[in-house]
Amino acid sequence: MTPQNKSDRSRLFHDIGVIDFVIVEMNEYLDTHPTDKEAIEYLSHYVRMKNQAMREYAAKYGPLRISDADNCNEGEWKWATQPWPWEGGC
Amino acid sequence: MWSYEKRLQFPVNIKEPNAKIAQVIMSQYGGPDGELGASMRYISQRYSMPYNEVAAILTDIGTEELAHLEMVSTIVHQLTRDLSMEEIEESGFANYYVDHTVGIWPMAAGGIPFNSCEFQSKGDAITDLFEDMAAEQKARTTYDNILRLVHDSDVCDPIRFLRAREIVHFQRFGEALRIVQDKLDSKNFYAFNPEFDRCKS
Repeated sequence: MTPQNKSDRSRLFHDIGVIDFVIVEMNEYLDTHPTDKEAIEYLSHYVRMKNQAMREYAAKYGPLRISDADNCNEGEWKWATQPWPWEGGC
Repeated sequence: MWSYEKRLQFPVNIKEPNAKIAQVIMSQYGGPDGELGASMRYISQRYSMPYNEVAAILTDIGTEELAHLEMVSTIVHQLTRDLSMEEIEESGFANYYVDHTVGIWPMAAGGIPFNSCEFQSKGDAITDLFEDMAAEQKARTTYDNILRLVHDSDVCDPIRFLRAREIVHFQRFGEALRIVQDKLDSKNFYAFNPEFDRCKS
């Protein structure tokens, strides 16, 4: 992997973590404030952002969830062959 | 039904192994106030919970706790990989090593194996939510204690993240308790158990 690739990959991976943190936080907030329309809109925006980032990551580097596994057709099951989260990896 | 995302909720990249610290942090995996007990507590309590919003928060926090136990396991794994036999003997890790090598197994820092008696699912909405609020505070205290013992920033940063989540979850369970109390008899919250006494609700 070239340094260029690695930095794009780490940036995208980091962005996914940040975006998903907003989703987790808003999801739990909405559970106890289910009629907060502004919060629902805010969450929806981040869900769309996450789906886009997850699709892009899967296409470039392999899927982070099985629901994106249709977006990486390189003849290798990267889900299994790439490092696992506890190994540090990306 | 659950699905998995192949990433940690917060990054863990520990460069220096340290078996002494691993034995302390392990408690937040399988100890009395650890993440395994947290997840099982909330997920178990959902089934008899009659209020949808409260079942939602139990589900979602129970799910987030699974991501936390993965983080704690990762911290322990990264602190114990590449240990020499000398380091294992000198750090007091030999007692764990003899049964588990450097595999991950849930137990308290004092060596007590994980046990479901460490959490409650009482079948009473008020009782369970007070248990959950106390559990979040106990986990927060444990992370505070860990932060007094650990000085490696590679370890402290993810521990600080986990500590902050305990405080948010305490807040959410407090709101869940308010939702439950709003649905009960305001003159006597204990007049009936909404998880059991169907006719009164």
